[in-house]
Amino acid sequence: MLGLNKKDTGLFIFVICVTALAPFIMNPFPADSAMAQFNAGYPDLMQRFVIFGIFAIGFNILFGLTGYLSFGHAAFLGAGSYAAVWMFKLLSYNIVPAIILSVIVAGLFSVIIGFISLRRSGIYFSILTLAFAQMSFAMAYSVLTPLTNGETGLQVYNDDPQWLKGDGPDATHFFGLEMRSTFELDLGAWSFSFNVGYYFCAVLMLVAFYLSMRIFRSPFGLMLRAIKTNQTRLNYTGLNSRPYTLAAFVISGMYAGLAGGLMASMDPLAGAERMQWTASGEVVLMTILGGAGTLLGPLLGAGFIKYFENIFSKINESVLHGWFGFLPDGIENGLIWVAEHFVGSGWHLTLGLLFMLIVIFLPGGLMEGATRIRDRFSGDKNKKDTEGKYAPAGE
Amino acid sequence: MTLIKPTRRGVIQAGALAGAGIAMPTILTAESHAGYRNAPQGSSVTLGFNVPQSGPYADEGADELRAYELAVEHLNGEGDGGMMNTFMANGSKAALKGNGILGKKVEFVTGDTQTKSDAARASAKSMIEKDGAIMITGGSSSGVAVAVQGLCQEAGVIFMAGLTHSNDTTGKDKKANGFRHFFNGYMSAAALAPVLEKMYGKDRKAYHLTADYTWGWTQQESIAAATEAKGWETVKNVLTPLATTDFSSYVAPVLNSGADVLVLNHYGGNMVNSLTSAVQFGLRDKQVNGKNFEIVVPLYSRLMARGAGENVKGIFGSTNWHWSLQDEASKAFVKSFGTKYGFPPSQAAHTCYVQTLLYANAAETAGTFNPCGIAEVLEGLQFDGMGNGPTEYRADDHQCFKDVLVVKGKDNPTSEFDLLEVVEVTPRAQVEYAPDHPMFAGGDLGQCNPGA
Repeated sequence: MLGLNKKDTGLFIFVICVTALAPFIMNPFPADSAMAQFNAGYPDLMQRFVIFGIFAIGFNILFGLTGYLSFGHAAFLGAGSYAAVWMFKLLSYNIVPAIILSVIVAGLFSVIIGFISLRRSGIYFSILTLAFAQMSFAMAYSVLTPLTNGETGLQVYNDDPQWLKGDGPDATHFFGLEMRSTFELDLGAWSFSFNVGYYFCAVLMLVAFYLSMRIFRSPFGLMLRAIKTNQTRLNYTGLNSRPYTLAAFVISGMYAGLAGGLMASMDPLAGAERMQWTASGEVVLMTILGGAGTLLGPLLGAGFIKYFENIFSKINESVLHGWFGFLPDGIENGLIWVAEHFVGSGWHLTLGLLFMLIVIFLPGGLMEGATRIRDRFSGDKNKKDTEGKYAPAGE
Repeated sequence: MTLIKPTRRGVIQAGALAGAGIAMPTILTAESHAGYRNAPQGSSVTLGFNVPQSGPYADEGADELRAYELAVEHLNGEGDGGMMNTFMANGSKAALKGNGILGKKVEFVTGDTQTKSDAARASAKSMIEKDGAIMITGGSSSGVAVAVQGLCQEAGVIFMAGLTHSNDTTGKDKKANGFRHFFNGYMSAAALAPVLEKMYGKDRKAYHLTADYTWGWTQQESIAAATEAKGWETVKNVLTPLATTDFSSYVAPVLNSGADVLVLNHYGGNMVNSLTSAVQFGLRDKQVNGKNFEIVVPLYSRLMARGAGENVKGIFGSTNWHWSLQDEASKAFVKSFGTKYGFPPSQAAHTCYVQTLLYANAAETAGTFNPCGIAEVLEGLQFDGMGNGPTEYRADDHQCFKDVLVVKGKDNPTSEFDLLEVVEVTPRAQVEYAPDHPMFAGGDLGQCNPGA
């Protein structure tokens, strides 16, 4: 179907089902129960899952296929966001022109940065992209304040021109369909929210995912893998690999721009910190955590990290007191003292530990874990001892 | 090739499913009936406390959170009641009864703004969407306050600003759903300039180091305008990124600029670092243009004074409130805060505590949690007994007007908390301005948004 082989079709259908049913899957606990703390099925977080999924899928096209590790992808995300918010300020809250412009701007931006950075490979490439991204951050943060509104972030004001707005809604919309409108469904103790913005992002994410599958399976994708395996040998065969890497770089930059444009479309504000190196590092983490070079991995990684960032960071001391309240005071306070370093503002610590465990025991990321579990259950004995089967090719 | 081959049974099954799907919306939530977003269900109401728990303003954030917990305790009738006993609204005793708000027990959720607009909005959004928070409050940075205020306006909940001192919060970025108790850059400048003139004379050259965001910009503009009106000259203004921790490269050029006053438009950790740096460079021992070199920190807090230690002695600034004030309300608040935590509250804690009580009182008076009802009560509210003397929430821009304190770093502190002394209480009339003052113009409150 759609030019995919049987296995990929199955995977694609699986992803479609999961994204469509996400409001149910993410809210497994009744709304009033103590476990509701762990529900992730609210619009903002679900939007983040798919938007960062797009970001990571795009990053994976560059890193997973060519092995070029960019530390500057947040610059494209930020550029996309600023472009989108400017479209809101100048035209109207319709997100279509905003998203189109954000992809174009990020694409142009990545042509420039890619053209220069790709003259080097390996660590030098990473450092160059990092430098460019930090430069963009500094510019957005202070030099280009009239364009970016600096630290406060670019917002839409009532007195902005919005030439095409007319009587249109005062919130971001897709031809009248407001992104923030949410339908709440209560089923007994459970409550589920179906948000327009989420489904809009989810459709684009599926398109992005489909495109990335086609790229992975195309001759172009094969060429990118060849670059990762041995670029020198490829060059000796008389082939110029740079157009291929540049194309991959620009494609992944445009994915980042799309993600940035969507972020602004869900919440019309663009802050400079979106471009900071920590944001670039985050997408690297997502990809590696999920499994670089796999189709589904980056999506999983993005979901994993965003879940931790938004759910674990919300668990504060009083929540812990609620959990451990039944214990004797001494033990309770001891446990809370230990636990509070791993939740709330200490969620980075938990994430760091998990990241270490995964990189050490599952070098292929979460996808390797999934494959191992599947092999165990399918009882495929002869596969088990093929060492290195899980490791990404060419590492 | 046909992809779908409809059979009779298939069509009937699909029809039944679709019918069930369409019938679902009839099981609506009560929220849409109440006419406003996140109407409290059951016996409790949830407030969202969004404060910096990391970054340069983390100290302020921690103190704000303490104040919020204290306020919740008092609202629920635990503890000694603090300022609930002194709070007078529109000339009569406040409507708070110590049984929660409108009989509902107050619960709260917390979030970390990280002092970043993006993160603060994400955190506020999750409180509104996931935890059903009816009101968002907190923050220790104007950039964050402006961003979150905009979000609350869009989402349809009330935003009670925490510590935010930029003119823009109730100026060009003001919103109908947002309210600010804290004072602002213009008021600081109006209160400080006469004192500076008296202490340091008319003929001074000032060099500004300014935090590079909305607060720094507007405060610098205000201070420069107010001091220039007294005859000072502004030599140079240098913007420093908020994330800066080492200010030596910014302080070094000050000496050769010919300036004899350094104005640090910095707050929190920024101010601690820049002031320490300036003192280490020996600026305070220098003579320039035949005068002693002076440093001014327009917005002061006790937490900063403690961070900067010895260096704050004799340095002038302004503050919203100080724990050493001797009115009944301040004493009651300091006592109950001190009993619970063992040290006096900061101005950030004070403003957050007051904002929570003001919100609760407004809900109680309005008889509803509807943001529009609450806004109606808060607009033009005259209140007293909250530590600042008679105060008014001006309806035009949702800014509180009250006296401003000019303070000085104490020369001989008697304890680690007794670091500032109040030099002058500038009366409200002197710091008041018209709603369309050029430094505040360009904004639009818009309509109050109940979100449903």
